[in-house]
Amino acid sequence: MSAAPLLKVSELRKSYDAIRAVDGVSFEVRPGEIFGVIGPNGSGKTTLFNSMLGQIRPDAGRIELQGQDVTHLGPLQLNRRGVGRTFQTLQVFGRMSVRDNLIVAAQEHQGSMLKRLFMPGDSGLGAKADALIDQFRIGHVAHKKAGQLSYGQQKLVDIGMAFMSDPALVLLDEPCAGVNPSLVGGLSRLLKELNETRRGSFVVIEHNMDFVMDLCHRIMVMVEGRVMAIGTPAEIRANRQVLDAYLGS
Amino acid sequence: MKARHLLLAGIAAAVLLVWPHFLKSYGIYLLSYWLIYIIATMGLNLTVGYAGQKSLGHAAFFGIGAYTVAILLKAGVSFWLGLPAGALLCFAVGLVLGFPALRVQTIYLAFATLGFNTAVWLLIRNEEWLTGGTFGINNIARPELFGFSLEGNKAYYHLVLVITVLMGLLLWGLLRSPWGKAFTALRDNPIRAESLGVSVRGYTLLSFAIGAAYAGVAGGLFASLVQFIEPAPFNVAASIMMYLMVVVGGPGYFLGPVLGAAVGVILPEWLRDVPGVANWYLPAFGAAVVLLMVWLPDGLLSIPDRLKARREAREASALRAATAAATRQEVSA
Repeated sequence: MSAAPLLKVSELRKSYDAIRAVDGVSFEVRPGEIFGVIGPNGSGKTTLFNSMLGQIRPDAGRIELQGQDVTHLGPLQLNRRGVGRTFQTLQVFGRMSVRDNLIVAAQEHQGSMLKRLFMPGDSGLGAKADALIDQFRIGHVAHKKAGQLSYGQQKLVDIGMAFMSDPALVLLDEPCAGVNPSLVGGLSRLLKELNETRRGSFVVIEHNMDFVMDLCHRIMVMVEGRVMAIGTPAEIRANRQVLDAYLGS
Repeated sequence: MKARHLLLAGIAAAVLLVWPHFLKSYGIYLLSYWLIYIIATMGLNLTVGYAGQKSLGHAAFFGIGAYTVAILLKAGVSFWLGLPAGALLCFAVGLVLGFPALRVQTIYLAFATLGFNTAVWLLIRNEEWLTGGTFGINNIARPELFGFSLEGNKAYYHLVLVITVLMGLLLWGLLRSPWGKAFTALRDNPIRAESLGVSVRGYTLLSFAIGAAYAGVAGGLFASLVQFIEPAPFNVAASIMMYLMVVVGGPGYFLGPVLGAAVGVILPEWLRDVPGVANWYLPAFGAAVVLLMVWLPDGLLSIPDRLKARREAREASALRAATAAATRQEVSA
């Protein structure tokens, strides 16, 4: 994993009045890498995520995706350039079926807007959606409305939507939040499988340490808006500063 | 489309074709009026029901369509050019009206569109040189088609019926296309939709513009139906009535406008003839609408969904009870 970085964040800053939510954060994500971001509440993880995803405009710094400056692009343009995401809370289209949720997640990448008006309803993505439904093992609810599913099933649909358009980079915001602990291991296996089969890079914010340590190739620890450490799970576990500030002994 | 749907559509078409032959002139007029409101509210249903926007300005587009056709007919232009011209003008104005929706939502958007309706209504009323002001425009002709006059009530009804079916099929196709899913995504969760590459800006503007074009077509047909237009049918109260029709029928249900327009157009007229209600038909209509909103806030067409949800909940709780009983038996054994 020593190729040119897929994502490069340099000296990113964002303040809210006197509070420096993100204070000079720099890191790189390599192609195919699963990169974790951890830190206590208020450490700036979500502000970092929202800045990277075009939800908020950073005060300073630069974000490059595949060598191109994307610092000031909005969510729509970032998606078109191959960035998928999930949100901290569930964000499925409750009145659409599971299959339609997956189709709509990629249909805007199929030709121009005018061309799509004359395409079949599934935009030619039906087989792809079915394959993802199989991979996520949610075939039994494929034609149910997403809003009628259990939280765990909706979470899988939510994550699946982020992968439908084969993005180069997927940002997962607390994928374990609200998921039954007995299902977390399965989610980790699924994400590893997706990483291997699709060769995409992931950035994962998560509070569940076992999940992060098991899933991620490298981890960045943030405290008070700054980077405290970046390293492999083993290096992070052995970092005295991180243990004192966040993980505990 | 399932065979059952095709059969129902065939029966409905047969009834609508035959029905006017058993009606007097006013009954045929009322049916045409209902069909015209179906077209108008199909457009509003796209904007409100499918794309999740708010609009209390739909009657303004209805008026723009009506006056465009009336003015062009008076200038000697063919109805067949006037009708698409009205729709195109409404499409363009609807596109412009969509811009406030990019900045404000919910009740604020409703008020913005209400302001637009008031402005258009004032323009129609005050610009006498163009619209005839409060005197309106009279003697609006009905069209001919391949040399056949559509002047008679029955002939004009059949024209309106054909155009209603065509507009319905167009909307059906649009909603079955990827655009339909994009509109629904926009309604359900615009932030998520944008993160998936759905252009919130593009589809919001399109939902207003296409909805407005439908109102424009309806307005053009209305002008030739009543043959005299003046500002009153295009005021804010008419927009609220159209919104009511969409909500009563079921916003986001394809056939919602058919039922909603029936409630808004035919029900009050029917109540006028019910013994004992005739003098109270408007309060009775109001009470019927209040009851509908209390018991069916998602509209008449939500009834099958509600019944299905209730049945599924009953089945799920029975399954849970059976599982719990089996577990208890296993434990005690």
